[in-house]
Amino acid sequence: MGLKTFIEGWPVYRQLTGTDPLGRGAAAQSARSATLTARTETADSMARSVCPYCAVGCGQRVFVKDGQVTQIEGDPDSPISRGRLCPKGSASKNLVTSPLRETTVRYRRPYATEWEDLDLETAMDMIADRVIAARDETWEDTDDQGRVLNRTLGFASLGGATLDNEENYVIKKLFTALGALQIENQARI
Amino acid sequence: MAEAHPVGFQWVMEAKGRGAKVFHVDPRFTRTSALADTYLPIRAGSDIALLGGIVRYILENELDFREYVLAYTNAATIVSDEFVDTEDLDGLFSGYDPRTHTYNERSWQYVGQEETTGYRAADRERDTAAGLRHESHGIPVGGQVRRDETLQHPRCVYQILKRHYSRYTPEMVERVCGIPHEKFLELARAWTENSGRERTGVLIYSVGWTQHTVGVQYIRTGAIIQLLLGNMGRPGGGVLALRGHASIQGSTDIPTLFNLLPGYLPMPNCHNHATFTDWVDSIRHPGQKGFWANARAFGASLLKAYWGDAATPENDFCYDYLPRMTGDHGTYQTVLNMIDGKVKGYFLLGQNPAVGSAHGKAQRLGMANLDWLVVRDLFMIESATFWKNSPEVETGEIVPEECRTEVFFIPAASHVEKEGTFTQTQRLLQWREKALDPPGDARSELWFFYHLGRIIRQKLAASDKPRDRAVRDLKWDYPTHGDLAEPSAEAVLKEINGYEVATGRPLSAFTEAKDDGSTAIGCWIYTGVYADGVNQAARRKSRHEQDWVAAEWGWAWPANRRILYNRASADPEGRPWSERKQYVWWDADKGEWTGYDVPDFEKKKPPTYRPPEGATGVQGLAGDDAFIMQGDGKGWLYVPSGLQDGPMPTHYEPAESPMRNPLYGQQANPTRKVYDNPINSVNPSPPQPHSDVFPYVFTVSRLTEHHTAGGMSRTVPRLAELQPEMFVEVSPELAGELGLAHLGWAHLISGRAAIEARVLVTDRLTPLRLDGRVIHQVWLPYHFGREGIVTGDSVNDLFGITLDPNVLIQESKVGTCDIRPGRRPTGPALLELVDDYRRRAEMTGGRPPIVTTDASEREVG
Repeated sequence: MGLKTFIEGWPVYRQLTGTDPLGRGAAAQSARSATLTARTETADSMARSVCPYCAVGCGQRVFVKDGQVTQIEGDPDSPISRGRLCPKGSASKNLVTSPLRETTVRYRRPYATEWEDLDLETAMDMIADRVIAARDETWEDTDDQGRVLNRTLGFASLGGATLDNEENYVIKKLFTALGALQIENQARI
Repeated sequence: MAEAHPVGFQWVMEAKGRGAKVFHVDPRFTRTSALADTYLPIRAGSDIALLGGIVRYILENELDFREYVLAYTNAATIVSDEFVDTEDLDGLFSGYDPRTHTYNERSWQYVGQEETTGYRAADRERDTAAGLRHESHGIPVGGQVRRDETLQHPRCVYQILKRHYSRYTPEMVERVCGIPHEKFLELARAWTENSGRERTGVLIYSVGWTQHTVGVQYIRTGAIIQLLLGNMGRPGGGVLALRGHASIQGSTDIPTLFNLLPGYLPMPNCHNHATFTDWVDSIRHPGQKGFWANARAFGASLLKAYWGDAATPENDFCYDYLPRMTGDHGTYQTVLNMIDGKVKGYFLLGQNPAVGSAHGKAQRLGMANLDWLVVRDLFMIESATFWKNSPEVETGEIVPEECRTEVFFIPAASHVEKEGTFTQTQRLLQWREKALDPPGDARSELWFFYHLGRIIRQKLAASDKPRDRAVRDLKWDYPTHGDLAEPSAEAVLKEINGYEVATGRPLSAFTEAKDDGSTAIGCWIYTGVYADGVNQAARRKSRHEQDWVAAEWGWAWPANRRILYNRASADPEGRPWSERKQYVWWDADKGEWTGYDVPDFEKKKPPTYRPPEGATGVQGLAGDDAFIMQGDGKGWLYVPSGLQDGPMPTHYEPAESPMRNPLYGQQANPTRKVYDNPINSVNPSPPQPHSDVFPYVFTVSRLTEHHTAGGMSRTVPRLAELQPEMFVEVSPELAGELGLAHLGWAHLISGRAAIEARVLVTDRLTPLRLDGRVIHQVWLPYHFGREGIVTGDSVNDLFGITLDPNVLIQESKVGTCDIRPGRRPTGPALLELVDDYRRRAEMTGGRPPIVTTDASEREVG
């Protein structure tokens, strides 16, 4: 190693002579870090998203490569969050890629002690049948004074605050058409 | 705020850096306290006493922003001479009916209007949380009101308020809240000195504030202060709610709630909404003023969005298809009905009541008594596994082989695997782009419900039953795309926004809504989010390229307005109160309102406009009626109608308290919602005997590293590692008294359950000395349960079910308990322990005494 190379290897030299006087970028780079590339640079695509935890609404940028989420970070353009995320928001990639995520339908028969598998199409059909049956068994046309009720109290739903507006809209629309009143979400608790 | 909404808290720090004083009031010293100028420890459940003390300080010292108060509030309005205050009835207002535990509001009215409200079935209104419909607007009041602009009339609101809070002295605040009076005065001085023409102060609460039997009145007290100080509708002012889920505001606006339809239209009830006209007239109140005069157009347009071509003016837009309420169909009543075997099926959509709702045992026993349960979540949560892994399986109360509930777990798509809008806590809608497809069987809720509806409609297509017509006629034709046949979220957003039926043209403003069937609008307050056919919620103009209001980032309801009631940021003549605080003002040359934000006022209505005699609807609002959604155009210091528990906030003790109410004979909120069900119980409080069986106060909240019931955090390795175990924070004094060792175990017992936790001895909690005794409070996080990477007992198991009467939210931020060192027993011995406490406290079932003063006898007679 020549003297010039040796001196240029000092971050402080680069800091004093180069374009990075604060030593927060190129001046602090080691030979190894110089060979690294940020996942955000090699991603196939980036989606502009919003943190799924609390209601502050921090902007997120979601990077995808080869069909996998490779990075989620704060959106610096957001006037709400200015690129920042809290510990939960910063763990969003860990949330969506968690090994604990369930990705198949699980079914528990009455009186069973374990889960079993079920295909999605069958499950949807079974649920539709159960909704129709519960509705038929508990339907109320009128009260005892003959006033219109047009409803069922035979099934209920809970949840919505983690979902999209569009989803809440179709849930409410479908349940209302079915005559189901007992729809509630986290706003009630 | 630094704990639960850290990124929002950066703006508090920004303000502090510019000289703002930050006060933090909390039972526990937190990361927020550490960064505040002053921290005030408070006894959980006593906030109205503290804030009432501030109201008294303002009024006694005449520190209100008088010009603002006179112009924009109802301070000068004269109230009926039939009104009697809690100060004269030992904690009850006039009109209390001890048989139903509700009020007749007649005597609370403005003078001369006693007959306009008439008798409203208050118990029915409580059961249907009718107050919630006022989230976007106040209740109407009729005719012209009588005012005394000098504020001297003994029955004007200003004087009534002054008398009501006259006993909320600094000494009383100290006695009730445990806040030293010099600290109280420091807060009172800072708040008043930083309000007025040149300065504004902001009140920020997290929604634990709503989880009290007087939760609505907590927020009302804050609103009174902010109105008296002129801090509403102005930049840097307001009462800001920090809500806890990504779109909890959206799921209230487009409600998955039993008592509302989109845009805060009430779900009809069978008693007084027999016809479409009955229903819309109950909203718009013909002959009265304000923006709700257009309710017929909003109602017709919603039904048109639901039932499309089938909805016509001739059939009242299929109004008869809507189901009718008869009372309380809320989540707690529903769970009690499950236990009683009245409910067959249940959908859980990203919510985990086995951990997150009060009285976990009731939640789990309810689910164990269903025919079927559908759980939609990212992870296997406690509410999906109650039949094999729950405290009740350990105690033998649930036996898997005997539990008949059929459970479907259908995995959900995450926030990056679907597109759509969240509405954050300041009413701002932000569109999320989809990053990739969901894995395996995971699907969005949009997919699940669209296809469930499609399948049900197929199965009912040939039905001739009248009840199935509403399903068959439903407009359910959203376009789908891709291999998964995902419905188009943009198509749904366009329907929410509303469109002209004949052309499909998206509407730009809710003023375009028609009552003749020519417009369809899914949620009228969101009209404009798809204006000009452009997804306004997807706007992402960088903060560096626009001003500080950032009006081109996302879209806020209503009408992309960022501060509500911002007409109040200008004086009655339309001029900014000060150059420093200018926001929206009247431009006389152009003859219109202008400013940094979308003015919350008719654009061309001059400040000098006065309504002609007999004017109604929007024409009835004067040019200085800044609170345009209120019936009288004024911010309400005193609420003559629409609240269950009184026109002014009053301190009541929590439903479970170790203390007798120092202010009134009436111990707790006399209108609180209670349930008589053997599963439910309330620990005794004074004046009942045996409150000493549960001598300690416990309160709960969030950790930065976890989220709600833990379904999105105990399952995430990084977060689980950061907060790996359930714990209870205990003061050194209490630890010494009970023999609790740091990092050792303790268990906590209530009349419902016993739970265990690791002990964290810390001076973040401090014993409160009040009224000649010491009250110990402990704190626990409510995130833990039995599934996920890190597990622990659920503190919500300790709570019983007692609700706020206005909105039916449970009291789950304060309760009483006993604490013992060591781990709790397991199996049947756990039930014996809780039973032993119930015997000692004589909790034999039945409701606790609701009225604890003899004043009610005088009222009824």
